[in-house]
Amino acid sequence: MNKQVALEMKQVSKYFGSLAANKNVDLTVYRGEILAILGENGCGKTTLMNMIAGIYYPDHGSIFVDGEEAIIRSPKDAFHHGIGMIHQHFKLVDIFTAAENIVLGVNDGKSYNIKEVNRRVGEIADKYGFHVDPKKKIYEMSVSEKQTVEILKVLYRGADILILDEPSAVLTPQETDRLFEILSRMREDGKSILIITHKLHEVMSISDRVAVLRKGEHIATVETASTSPAELTEMMVGKKVELNIDRPEPKNVTDRLEVKGLSLTNPEGIKVLDNISFVARSGEILGIAGIAGSGQKELLESIAGLSHPTTGEIIYNNPKTGTAENLRDKDPVAIRELGVRLSFVPEDRLGMGLVGNMDIVDNMMLRSYRKGHSMFVDRKKPRDLANRIVAELEVSTPNTHTPVRRLSGGNVQKVLVGREIAASPTVLMAAYPVRGLDINSSYTIYSLLTKQKENGVAVVFVGEDLDVLVEICDRILVLCAGRVTGILDGRTTTKEEIGLLMTKTEVKEESGNENG
Amino acid sequence: MEQFFASFLDYFLTAFALGMTFLYGCTGEILTEKAGHLNLGIPGIMCIGGACGCLALKLMSGAAVPPVLLVIIAILASFAGGAIMGVIYCFLTVTLKANQNVTGLAMTTFGVGTTKFIMSDMSSAKEATQSYLYALKYFRYPFGESGSALVYNGFMVVLAIVIALAAAYVLNRTRVGLHLRSVGENPATADAVGINVTGYKYVATCVGSGIAALGGLFYIMCWSGSCDAYKSIEKLGWLSVALVIFTLWRPNISIIGSALFGLLYLAGNRIPTLLGIQFDMSVTKLLEILPYAVTTIVLIVTSVSKKRENQPPAGLGIPYFREER
Repeated sequence: MNKQVALEMKQVSKYFGSLAANKNVDLTVYRGEILAILGENGCGKTTLMNMIAGIYYPDHGSIFVDGEEAIIRSPKDAFHHGIGMIHQHFKLVDIFTAAENIVLGVNDGKSYNIKEVNRRVGEIADKYGFHVDPKKKIYEMSVSEKQTVEILKVLYRGADILILDEPSAVLTPQETDRLFEILSRMREDGKSILIITHKLHEVMSISDRVAVLRKGEHIATVETASTSPAELTEMMVGKKVELNIDRPEPKNVTDRLEVKGLSLTNPEGIKVLDNISFVARSGEILGIAGIAGSGQKELLESIAGLSHPTTGEIIYNNPKTGTAENLRDKDPVAIRELGVRLSFVPEDRLGMGLVGNMDIVDNMMLRSYRKGHSMFVDRKKPRDLANRIVAELEVSTPNTHTPVRRLSGGNVQKVLVGREIAASPTVLMAAYPVRGLDINSSYTIYSLLTKQKENGVAVVFVGEDLDVLVEICDRILVLCAGRVTGILDGRTTTKEEIGLLMTKTEVKEESGNENG
Repeated sequence: MEQFFASFLDYFLTAFALGMTFLYGCTGEILTEKAGHLNLGIPGIMCIGGACGCLALKLMSGAAVPPVLLVIIAILASFAGGAIMGVIYCFLTVTLKANQNVTGLAMTTFGVGTTKFIMSDMSSAKEATQSYLYALKYFRYPFGESGSALVYNGFMVVLAIVIALAAAYVLNRTRVGLHLRSVGENPATADAVGINVTGYKYVATCVGSGIAALGGLFYIMCWSGSCDAYKSIEKLGWLSVALVIFTLWRPNISIIGSALFGLLYLAGNRIPTLLGIQFDMSVTKLLEILPYAVTTIVLIVTSVSKKRENQPPAGLGIPYFREER
């Protein structure tokens, strides 16, 4: 085959602090091909692509475009080399029209004439089969239309190498099919297309080759035609790593929380939770595995009363009264009082749960200020609690009056989790509690969760690292696109089994489409 | 009846000319806000603009320069004074990312105070007054001395309208305008496509401040024709800021808006005379509320209608940090 090399990465590395996001990655992209970049969450796919697109600059290694070394320090440099990236979060100005967004930042030396831009956008759209009105305002557009504008933006600048970051994450299956048709047409036109994805069925259906990344390293690049989903999964998750997390046998197990047929449709009309049923038991850690955005957040928020499910029941067996209560009828405050605690750690740790400018004591008070009976708040108890958390969880802070935002990520998380645990919950839900933490802090959090389990708390742990889930959880629930694809025994299951379940329904769905 | 029309025409022309003070301030503030910066220092900047113009005239007194040059020097000095205020504001809010509201209010306090200091010296110095009066002649009566209110409608009125129309054209019809608007709406997007966000913010804010400063000069030299007029620039400056909201961030509408604000501002004084009735002083003062009341109504109407085009720039008042990972 006489394929022409469009882009080449040689021994590229990128570090964030001491953490290697990418290590010595070699990658070759040919003209007229679709290359899928496959890997789990946090394996460095997006970082790698961001280096090509000029968002980050590699610490080591070099990038070659058309055989010549390219120094790409900004998205502008990337455009200069004919590289354009379509990010997951669209970068569009809402009150501008499609054409205005497309032409933004383009300086082709010609005088600015929006009519001419409209015409050219129409031309490009026709060439590849997009449906778009250049005069339509972005805020009137659907998500897929916005994505179209992003792609056109890149094409308008004459890009030959297109990078798409999880393009199907925001699309319906029909829209995804349309997008893939367009991508095929671009491939025929000689463009190189890189798709970041973790959906195996998409990789199989659209790509020519697959590059698999794991923990920042390039594992292999294989021809799609000569591989199988099982082989790719194995490359993705890798061999089992022993973590030696203590996992005592559950004691006095009783059903604490029963979720029955829970469904939730988000404001965009997409079904984010689909008929979810499971039981969380006291004295047990129930792990929730799944690709980011499979409904983990919505599920926990529904239980905590922050989201309102469309159908289904959440039955809470109250250990104090022995009665069963439906949490769906209750507001978040009432649910909290029953002892159901959500310690949610979103991307921004301070976003939900803690106030950055307030000190540890004040943040403790956020949960206790309602309890006071006089008009003055009680500061003594929160102060004692703050001191206890700092001592027990080894939070490194000058004192309890340091604003929380000045603490390091791990310490902030300890404060957050510590506060929720201090309320002696009966159900503790922790989402990504170790995200961004170093090993030692992670282990502190794991042992905290295990300790809660031994105290008879029903722990729900949403995690992303399969190694950890397999080691710490008694049972693991696998979510995929808002559906439960399996509930596994944590002691006997394997990462491969979970990995396959994480992408399971999508394969089914696709074959269903072919039949119908 | 004839007399009614004559006095109405006088009211209208006076108000229209006064409105140009607002128009300078408003056009300047629109440019700033389109870059995503709420500059509440506009009243202070307008004061400084008046003071710098007068100061330049004072310094030039005795120099043998043609009057036209004197006028140009005064205008340039005024613009420069405003632009320097703009640079200070930008350094604080763009580079150091200080809170825009606090910085703006500080700029106003600073500007008003400095102006008082500069102007206190002005009316007393004899030679200054002479040069001032000399220039005043050319500011106010460029086409010879005639008695009607038309006299105020000198070249600075034309200049205000030209600047407003030019601003509207640049914002809506040029690439620079498109880039500037994108910086104010969504700086991250603008940054991602290679637009120099900091540069646009600095230039728009400084040029805007310079334009606003001319409003102060206009008020002292053209509309009132008295050095002491600097005392009332600040409140007119606040009206300019209100006018920005009233015109929904459109410089071309602001030409009409500024005339309307002029009419409303003078209503308490002029309408009783027009109708031949007498208002109590307190009522006259109370009627000065009219421009603010109208602005409030516009705010309510646009907030209720929620039409996206009529909302302030989405990035207004939010400091832009380039995201690191």
